[in-house]
Amino acid sequence: MDYGTLRGLVALLILALFVIIVMWSYSKKRSAAFDDIANSIFEEDELNKQTKQSHIDTNNKQETNNV
Amino acid sequence: MTTSNTSAVDYNFDVVRQFTVMTVIWGIVGTLVGVLIAGQLIWPALNFDTPWLTYSRLRPLHTNAVIFAFGTSALFASSYYIVQRTCQTRLFGGKLAAFTFWGWQAVIVAAVITLPLGYTSTKEYAELEWPIDILIAVVWICYAIVFFGTLIKRKVSHIYVANWFFGAFILVIAVLHIGNSMAIPISAMKSYSIYSGAIDAMMQWWYGHNAVGFLLTAGFLGMMYYFVPKQAERPVYSYRLSIVHFWALISLYIWAGPHHLHYTALPDWVQTVGMTMSIVLFLPSWGGMINGIMTLSGAWHKLRTDPILRFLIVSLSFYGMSTFEGPMMAIKSVNALSHYTDWTIGHVHSGALGWVAMISIGAMYHLIPVLFNQGRMFSIRLINVHFWLHTSGVVLYIVAMWISGVMQGLMWRAVNSDGTLTYSFVESLTASYPFYFMRFIGGILVVAGFILMAYNMFKTIYAKDGSLKPIEAE
Repeated sequence: MDYGTLRGLVALLILALFVIIVMWSYSKKRSAAFDDIANSIFEEDELNKQTKQSHIDTNNKQETNNV
Repeated sequence: MTTSNTSAVDYNFDVVRQFTVMTVIWGIVGTLVGVLIAGQLIWPALNFDTPWLTYSRLRPLHTNAVIFAFGTSALFASSYYIVQRTCQTRLFGGKLAAFTFWGWQAVIVAAVITLPLGYTSTKEYAELEWPIDILIAVVWICYAIVFFGTLIKRKVSHIYVANWFFGAFILVIAVLHIGNSMAIPISAMKSYSIYSGAIDAMMQWWYGHNAVGFLLTAGFLGMMYYFVPKQAERPVYSYRLSIVHFWALISLYIWAGPHHLHYTALPDWVQTVGMTMSIVLFLPSWGGMINGIMTLSGAWHKLRTDPILRFLIVSLSFYGMSTFEGPMMAIKSVNALSHYTDWTIGHVHSGALGWVAMISIGAMYHLIPVLFNQGRMFSIRLINVHFWLHTSGVVLYIVAMWISGVMQGLMWRAVNSDGTLTYSFVESLTASYPFYFMRFIGGILVVAGFILMAYNMFKTIYAKDGSLKPIEAE
């Protein structure tokens, strides 16, 4: 196999990989798991809020809030 | 000012605090040097007849200061913060994280000293000479160890998308920097590239454009995927789109470099590949921009009350603008008009001041109160003033450069019926003066905004712990 054919095949392989990634990420099965991951960045805040609210009585849910 | 934090995990926020403060300081320094050289283009006497203050030496200082001091400090701060929060574990490597801070500051100080003295490898965005290049490589490898080490010891099963972007940025920058900086030293401060001729140019722009693609884009997209959802208090619009966005972006960017070398000694087919890949790159860029902006769907009203969110969302609009402009300028026939003109400078600054700086500023305003145990920044009003100063500065800047650039391109290519050039170069330069002044004013507005930010930051840091309470919603 000459170098040009090899490069062509590698390009096709990468394209196939990309199509597989798209199909995988848009499969129905993965939907719930991705929602959980997207929400995971708020998890720790929820914990903090619960502990904070039992001690302090300031509401932590505002527009210019930085948590 | 304190080092305690309320969460269960003992995070290493010291290094995040250090990088955050230095981001703002270097932001002032970098843009101030930019304003000085913008002034020199109007009033050449501003170099005061000293070699250290000439445009040719300060220009690389400006680019290095904004990209590697300001931008990269912001990336260090946010990546160290995000990787810890999303992996719910302390940074890996103990003192190694502190070493990356001091090592990186040493690199910047070395740049501030050597560039005005005239030491340069002359490679754009890679001007620093070989001893500093080695220090950069060492610090960067330590950065990779700290970052990937933290990912490995994470307490959650998944790796949040922001970390994918940071990971790609750290890895590719290491490869680019080491690949492009290969040189043979001939003295303590002078070296020659091991590449020659067109290959050297190809290597340089493979490095140069991927510094744009991976440092100034992928890294800041990592910032975007965490801070936009956080500040909007809702999850990212589509997590699946973010996965496709990631793989599409990183597999395409690496090919776009040759568009910097249209109509040069580079083989024609390479130029065409570079142009094609640059045009395709429009798709993942806009996919990511839409993903970020749509995160706000159903919460648009927050833009009215939250200037931090405004910084973040407007940065995405600038990102969309410059990633439309970029592919267009990569088309050979458009490039024939735009190349070597101020249009390029305008494009770069719509990306750098619009996208990179605004997303960083928004992220820092979000981070500072969290890191220093406050409910909010010292003054929300000043954030708003900063927003308008910065936005008007950027708009003045890029509009001036668009007009000046297109005008230069048209004047340079104008020919008389007998084939001679209609305008001399100096005529096009004279025609640009009003726009250089407009750009200078834009730059001053940006610096003024940064100075306000520093004031606001120090007021927040030195306020009594927890004394700044979040503002009640109306």
